[in-house]
Amino acid sequence: MQLVVFVIASLMVLVGAVGVVLRRHPVHAALSLVLTLFGVAVHFVAQEAHFLAAVQVIVYAGAIVVLFLFVIMLLGVDSADDLRIERLPIQRPLAAVMGVGIVGLLIAAVVATRGSEPLQAGAGINVAGVGIDDAVAGHDANITQLAGNLFADYVFAFELTSVLLIVAVAGTVVLTRREKPPSEEDAP
Amino acid sequence: MIADVVPTPTWYLVLAAVLFGIGAVGVLVRRNPLVLFMCIELMLNAVNLSFVALSRKLGDIGGQTAVFFVLVVAAAEVVVGLGIIVSIIRRRPGATADDLATLKG
Repeated sequence: MQLVVFVIASLMVLVGAVGVVLRRHPVHAALSLVLTLFGVAVHFVAQEAHFLAAVQVIVYAGAIVVLFLFVIMLLGVDSADDLRIERLPIQRPLAAVMGVGIVGLLIAAVVATRGSEPLQAGAGINVAGVGIDDAVAGHDANITQLAGNLFADYVFAFELTSVLLIVAVAGTVVLTRREKPPSEEDAP
Repeated sequence: MIADVVPTPTWYLVLAAVLFGIGAVGVLVRRNPLVLFMCIELMLNAVNLSFVALSRKLGDIGGQTAVFFVLVVAAAEVVVGLGIIVSIIRRRPGATADDLATLKG
């Protein structure tokens, strides 16, 4: 059963990812991105990260992709770009070599360390090291442990994210503000 | 039996590596700035997937907390990036990543 879930969700992830890269139309690419995000959410559920799965669907698929679609429609850049035209002829082969190289190196690293001893939970970092597979876990154990970790150990970083969000919102408002034409009162 | 095979964290890490590679190739070959951002989101999701897989493998909830912060930073990054794209395309309609070569020496 877990194998079936893994295979189906992985197919969703990979088909969506290839669709983002290969679809010529930006709207189609955004919809392929939704497929990938839902696949990742299924993987999160399969690994008992229920809260993150919900956040993934709400924030990523619900907010970020809708923001992408808003911008596509707002700017009217929904014209398909021609993937056959490439100004730098050597770029595609180089990109393919680099992609294969990255994937090969990462997979080699993962497989090479597969049988090694698992790290000590919480070693080197200041976390409580609460196991997420505890037998006492209730239906909301994931949220409880995540909240305990987030609001106790990483509360300062959590507060800093509020500063980050304020800065991002203010910066975006400044960036996208239209320049007002000079009015008569400013003129000498 | 093949039905009894349980996915190990290694499978998830390999899937995350493939997803990251697809996103990286997308950033390199696409020219539309919006699609570039979507490919960056693909790479962020690959990292999130590996965070969750290792969080389960090590029995440490800290990995899921890291995913939470990655989500927040990704949301802020998308907002600022789309603001920049809006202001660029408003000034030069139909601009692609190749057209923005003003600073080229």
